[in-house]
Amino acid sequence: MAYRTPMEPLALYIHWPFCLAKCPYCDFNSHVRERIDQSRFAAALRAELAWEAARLGRRPLASIFFGGGTPSLMAPETVAALIADARALFDAAEDIEITLEANPTSVEAARLAEFRAAGVNRASLGVQSLRDDQLRLLGRQHSAAQAMAALETARRIFPRLSFDLIYARPGQTLADWRAELAEALALAADHLSLYQLTIEAGTGFEALHRSGALVLPDDDSAAALYDATAEEAARAGLLAYEVSNYAAPGAESRHNLAYWRYGDYAGIGPGAHGRVSLGGRLLATRRHRAPEPWAERVERQGHGSTAEEAVAPAERAREMLLMGLRLAEGIDPARFAARAGIALADALDPDTLARAIEAGYLTRPDGRLAATAEGRKRLDALLGQLVL
Amino acid sequence: MTDTPIERIRNFSIIAHIDHGKSTLADRLIQATGALTSREMTEQVLDNMDLEKERGITIKAQTVRLAYKAHDGLVYTLNLMDTPGHVDFAYEVSRSLAACEGSLLVVDASQGVEAQTLANVYQAIEAGHEIVPILNKIDLPAAEPERVKQQIEDVIGLDASDAVMISAKTGINIEGVLEALVTRLPPPKGDPDAPLKALVVDSWYDQYLGVIILIRVKDGRIRRGQKVRMMAQGSTHLVDQVGVFSPRMVAVDDLGPGEMGYINAAIKTVADVAVGDTITDDRHPAAEPLPGFKPSIPVVWCGLFPVDADDFEKLRDSLAKLRLNDASFHYEAESSAALGFGYRCGFLGLLHLEIIQERLSREFDLDLIATAPSVVYKIHRTSGVLEELHNPADMPDPSLIDHIEEPWIKATIMVPDEYLGSILTLCSERRGVQIDLTYVGNRAMAVYRLPLNEVVFDFYDRLKSVSRGYASFDYAIDGYEEGDLVRISILVNQDPVDALSFIAHRSQADRRGRAICEKLKDLIPRQLFKIAIQAAIGGRVIARETIGALSKDVTAKCYGGDISRKRKLLDKQKEGKKRMRQFGKVEIPQSAFLAALKMDA
Repeated sequence: MAYRTPMEPLALYIHWPFCLAKCPYCDFNSHVRERIDQSRFAAALRAELAWEAARLGRRPLASIFFGGGTPSLMAPETVAALIADARALFDAAEDIEITLEANPTSVEAARLAEFRAAGVNRASLGVQSLRDDQLRLLGRQHSAAQAMAALETARRIFPRLSFDLIYARPGQTLADWRAELAEALALAADHLSLYQLTIEAGTGFEALHRSGALVLPDDDSAAALYDATAEEAARAGLLAYEVSNYAAPGAESRHNLAYWRYGDYAGIGPGAHGRVSLGGRLLATRRHRAPEPWAERVERQGHGSTAEEAVAPAERAREMLLMGLRLAEGIDPARFAARAGIALADALDPDTLARAIEAGYLTRPDGRLAATAEGRKRLDALLGQLVL
Repeated sequence: MTDTPIERIRNFSIIAHIDHGKSTLADRLIQATGALTSREMTEQVLDNMDLEKERGITIKAQTVRLAYKAHDGLVYTLNLMDTPGHVDFAYEVSRSLAACEGSLLVVDASQGVEAQTLANVYQAIEAGHEIVPILNKIDLPAAEPERVKQQIEDVIGLDASDAVMISAKTGINIEGVLEALVTRLPPPKGDPDAPLKALVVDSWYDQYLGVIILIRVKDGRIRRGQKVRMMAQGSTHLVDQVGVFSPRMVAVDDLGPGEMGYINAAIKTVADVAVGDTITDDRHPAAEPLPGFKPSIPVVWCGLFPVDADDFEKLRDSLAKLRLNDASFHYEAESSAALGFGYRCGFLGLLHLEIIQERLSREFDLDLIATAPSVVYKIHRTSGVLEELHNPADMPDPSLIDHIEEPWIKATIMVPDEYLGSILTLCSERRGVQIDLTYVGNRAMAVYRLPLNEVVFDFYDRLKSVSRGYASFDYAIDGYEEGDLVRISILVNQDPVDALSFIAHRSQADRRGRAICEKLKDLIPRQLFKIAIQAAIGGRVIARETIGALSKDVTAKCYGGDISRKRKLLDKQKEGKKRMRQFGKVEIPQSAFLAALKMDA
């Protein structure tokens, strides 16, 4: 079946690769530099955006997301210029969502108003914890007091606000976490990202974990922490709409929903990935990871793309399943068939499907396919058996 | 080379428990007679397989010819026959003993007689041997030579007053041993003019010379260029070379009555040479072969499967190569729903099984899964047909079976009396029937009849553990008897796993069914769905365990930049699954499978 789909509204991701320090749990494409040539990277990002827009053509633009690294370290005028470019190159939706990730250090908090003025209408703060000792353990540059002050400021400035916390930390008890989460929920606006700490390859925590110096809660404790999280969040009116994301109804991150719904998204900047419909194919795009070589390529050839390849139907099906089942809303079979190029039923192991429904891991509300809370909690194991 | 008159030949073997010093004594005898200079001596010259050296056991019989100038001024030829010391090779031992006129019984002066020694010494007595007791390690502070002499007299019934007191390690009184051989053992008898009769003691494969046959000439002479006939096998061969071991192979023109040595005759596999067969001259054959020939019959069977299905061909080739050198082990192709393609292999006993498995992994670099060992049952069908069953998976439907017979053994266990109680409990748990119980000092000797089936199932490990390693154990096959035997199937989520099924006595079925279910519960990691593990006899479940579903397994963060990586991970996971052992959608890790089959904990 050929790849045909109506013009998808685009989600635009822009990556700022620099951080003040590398956090020991983070495996994102982030780099620490003594001096950053702001104008060079601003120019390169704008050039790559223009190049990508040229080949994609004008199409609706639903969201922009500045991620990193630490995009709150960008000059606000760069953010303004990129937003202006995007609005000029695409047909921006009236209610376009423009998110910027920010760290709650005092320096960055002071610039929040400038980002708002640049056009950002949603902030996502990397709070991570409301406990000073835990912030030190996580290698963060801010204190709990600074985080609360930044949240206060951001709430006044931005129409929409989210922040991140990391839990299931070493030694964390259920009672500790419930207390910390309750404080966080009192500070929250309409969205929270609550991640369980995971050990990623190549991070500082990985070495500690391997040596036995860092011990994570076992699966049963992690499951109990996860259940308690959903319970507390729901009490505060934030519902688990994705594995680790909680929002008041209607306040979900539209940009991130585009990923999970397997919509079109373009990725600009070092290491950014994209999935864009182009010339009857779904193209997987990837930019060179290292910031300086990426900038050189953009300067030389207009873009920093490395390998680009069309995603085959079977692969699209797997990608759409592994993203879509993270969402409480699940997957719409019609959209699945249109995006993946194969029928949902043909992408699933029928025996596992039947058993997973019987075990209460999957449901078929109105013909959709959705993982229940119990299913989402075991999604990796479920996918391993379910997808063909 | 072969001009020693028959009355100055002495053929002897050495009987000893593991670690009582057999190999060390052999080394000293070789050294003392100058067969090898001390520079040529490597520790334990005779055990030349790595495995033999490591475990201190002898697998292949070997011989060495020593020249000794005795106190009477004459030079004697002493042929030392080194024999396998384990019950699995009882028949091979009996042939080695049949090639000698006497034995040295080596007993550790601090430890005393052990069960294994007993069985071998009785065999030697049966073979008509003159037996010279040797007390070794008399230099140790714990040595109690008088007590051990008394024990030899009480337990074996041998006069030990003339026992030779030595220390093989430090070389004390090695000459005493040599003189005892000359003065106390009888010379061989034989007629040089009679038609050739030579006993095949053992054979092995040499990659340059082909099969080397270890022989003992009883009558007549065997020469290079002679056309000989294997009387049991019926095959004929032209003798390429005749020789002796000094211990290096040295060619000679011929071998006469009473002599030991080797021949090779361009034979390609040891399967063509049966231990115990009689070699005679093709044109002037002997009227009767030597007594006692028995074809080798496997007693214990198990399935061997390659861990990686791609290694099947390698396994086949490796088994063929091993068989070149070990005709006593048998194999036939087998396929299992759970384990794929492999071989059903038959062994002389548990040690033999272990040795073959270890050689496959060590010499041929194969990762194998072995199913639980099974004995050979005799199935009497209601139709009157009798068949032998050595794979539980092949057991016919119970309605077609009239009755089943199982092999029994006669076991001798020696143990310090403080552990006797637990040993007796163990034996009765295993359906043992006590035949005899005697004490010598503070050591007890229990003789039991036991079903072999109960012994192949972790008996030896339990014996060692309840006696803290002090019990010694030996057995001989003791016929077949009818038993109330059932097949126990193991089901994972209602699907039977053929490779885990086994046969047990009805009285043991519940206990063993529970044990394997509990073990599998510990071994199989929690998975997406809960797993039911059951043991069943026919349709009746006798034990059940449930492994709960895993509680949490999900990636916390997954955004646009993670899709490619996550999908590739999933692709890889799918690929890996193809190689996993799956039973009703349950993945059983290789390690769990191996451990479940072992069941010795």
